[in-house]
Amino acid sequence: MQEAARDAARLLSFGLRPRLVPARDVDYRDLVRRYLRDNGFAALTQAVAAGLGLVVLDVSERAGIVPVGAEDSAFAMRVGDYARRAGGEHRAADRLLHALAQLAVAALAYPRPADLADASYVGRVSVHGVDAFVREACRVLEERAAEEDHAVDPPLDAPRLEAAWRLYARRASTGTTRDARRLAGSTTGIVARAMNVLVESGCLVPVGEEAGGTFRTTPRYQVQVRELAADAAFEELLALGVVTVTDGAGTVRVLDDEPVLPGVPAPGATDASATDASATDASVRVAADV
Amino acid sequence: MIEPPAPGDRPPTAVGLVGDVGMVRRLKALALTGPLHDLDTRKALQSGADLTVYAMAELGLHAIDLVTVAMDFDRGADHDQVLRRLVPLAAAQAPGRAATEHERVAAWVLHSLINVGNVNRGFDAGYGTLHADGRYERRRFDFKLLVELADPHGEIYLRATDEAVTVLVGALDTDITSAQVAAEVALDTLIRRGRLADARAAAEAARYRTVQYAEQLRRQLDATRRNVLAVDWLHAVPALVDEALTHVEQRYRHETAILTHIRRYRDSADDPDHKRQAADLVTIVGDCIRRHTQLQARLLEAGAVFRAEQDRQQFATAPARGGLDLHAQLLVPTLALPAGDAERPAQAFFPGAVGVRAPRAPRILDLVDLLLRPPVERDPLGVEIVEAELSAFTEPPRFDDQTWAGALRLFDVDPAVPRRLSALLADARRAGERDVAELVVLLALHAVSPRIDAARQAGDETLAVAVDDGTELDDPEFGGADLLVGRARLVTPAPPPGATATAGTAVAGAEAAAAAAAAAGSGAAAAGTGVGAGAGGG
Repeated sequence: MQEAARDAARLLSFGLRPRLVPARDVDYRDLVRRYLRDNGFAALTQAVAAGLGLVVLDVSERAGIVPVGAEDSAFAMRVGDYARRAGGEHRAADRLLHALAQLAVAALAYPRPADLADASYVGRVSVHGVDAFVREACRVLEERAAEEDHAVDPPLDAPRLEAAWRLYARRASTGTTRDARRLAGSTTGIVARAMNVLVESGCLVPVGEEAGGTFRTTPRYQVQVRELAADAAFEELLALGVVTVTDGAGTVRVLDDEPVLPGVPAPGATDASATDASATDASVRVAADV
Repeated sequence: MIEPPAPGDRPPTAVGLVGDVGMVRRLKALALTGPLHDLDTRKALQSGADLTVYAMAELGLHAIDLVTVAMDFDRGADHDQVLRRLVPLAAAQAPGRAATEHERVAAWVLHSLINVGNVNRGFDAGYGTLHADGRYERRRFDFKLLVELADPHGEIYLRATDEAVTVLVGALDTDITSAQVAAEVALDTLIRRGRLADARAAAEAARYRTVQYAEQLRRQLDATRRNVLAVDWLHAVPALVDEALTHVEQRYRHETAILTHIRRYRDSADDPDHKRQAADLVTIVGDCIRRHTQLQARLLEAGAVFRAEQDRQQFATAPARGGLDLHAQLLVPTLALPAGDAERPAQAFFPGAVGVRAPRAPRILDLVDLLLRPPVERDPLGVEIVEAELSAFTEPPRFDDQTWAGALRLFDVDPAVPRRLSALLADARRAGERDVAELVVLLALHAVSPRIDAARQAGDETLAVAVDDGTELDDPEFGGADLLVGRARLVTPAPPPGATATAGTAVAGAEAAAAAAAAAGSGAAAAGTGVGAGAGGG
């Protein structure tokens, strides 16, 4: 019994080292197999997890054990934990932008509903791609707002009533800094920060430097988004009375290839092809009709 | 104009509301000039030097000019490029001041226009609107003058926003086409009256209009590339393209006429100042024409872009069904919410997506150590790079001197009596050294195609030559042809230059082996391959 408890805790501790995968560690793999085979061991592991304030979302040979912190758990990370640095009037705005960046990364990593369900799907996202993706959504929302009302400007001195997309659209997308680093307060800076946090927690793997940093998703990320994050956010939206009904076919079309258009050199061919960031850099080109 | 609401509690009429829209536009247009005025009010507050001699608003306008002029379809202006051109303008205003101060002023103006100090890198201004029910509401107008964008390679460049271009031209909220026609007419008249300074201003205004047109079209095409459905290709864009094409056609005719006109003026003007102004104007109008041509090319391609994008986007495979749509069901609804409400779904999403992190729990002992540890001093240059001492690596020779001596002795055959390779091998083995036999085989192989020119340059009298006469080599170690090895005497080539061309003449004087060597050309090559294969197999 003690032996089993130790193994169960050991399996959980592997899960708390998010960059480790069963394919890399024999002990980890054996424990995962034991969990999948032995119902008693599975129940024991879950009991240990519950005691620690963790919820086991999924156990598989690809992703390993995926625990997440239950509410108020010491293991959960909150927006405030890493958006803390901004102060004053921008503090609330920064927190929101950081949280939105996470949502946007997931939305671009799994553009179609089917991608989230397909366990073998590997998404590819880049910093500039995510920024362009959100800005496009903002542009569409702005057009919609302009159609509905003449006075589209937000009220003065009531930042909480201002639509979230305005906050994002208003923030500079990039900027120069004295030491040639990325401007932390710009939207690309915020998105890059979100992605780096995801890399640390084993959700993304960097694959290149192009387009401000390009990453691929891991099975762990898919499980977390699918099993927990998306539902949690959706419930909040429901509570606010915002329900969007779709036909399930997905509103973002993923286009596999990119024909060379007249007058537009192939992306990356020359400097002259540089339109603004939105046009060419996303490795997955997306088109959204809202 | 809006009428103030009457004290008698009478609700304003619908006319009042329509007028309100115009009022808002004017208020916003007014606000756009704010950052420029602000430059002049803040210059006195700059520490370190008295900057009040500079006309900052003027420099600001110049900066926006420089960026606008450098803007085309694909890119904008470089920071450094803009600064480089702005510094001389600052220097012209205060020639007595130090160059570093000019640079500082130029950088300050540019950074103020980007508004580097603001986290959004933009400006805002408040204004109020009156509602139909008499309610007065304050709103905030956000705008930017210069924006920084990154190209796919990560280089940052500047673009002037539409608002900035509007400020520059000074024609706030006007119809582009008619304003341009007016500008053209004004230009034409000015030239006829010889008022070139004004003509120049008008020509520059015309150029900004053109840039504005191009920018509009660029946006539509960009949006089309993202999603064809987002742009109205049934009415709006064809109308825009038609309008723009007509416009380009008219402008082109007009500006070519003006150009001819000014050129004539330039060439005939006597006043050097007028001549220079006319020359400037020629450049500007020439640039206008170039931009028109560029715009026209894009306009003609617009239809093709649409068709290509339609093919690409509409006929893409239909996605499979299932699951939650992160984009339509989460991201867009969240973005549409007021910031206060949007926090809830966004922050609910966050912990799940980011996953677990192991909390850090330092022991009190470690904590004390951590706190007492002196800060690590960072050397900005990093660790000194140790200069690597590289020693040349030479491979030891495969055969030592003794072996070479033995093999060469064997090769020193009498020119009159060529020997077989098998005989040489037997001699070598008799001497008892295995390496000598191997070197002999290699030397024999080399002799199949001897380097005659090299030997002659070295001043050798004779040269080893090997020929394959078809005899098989019967040897336990090596296989292939049993070469006939002899020495050919080198003669200096005959005086006529034509004769030196062939190597054959060089060995013409060879004796014994030379008889066989006559057939060398192709025979030697064949022997080379034969022996080569054999030696490897041994």
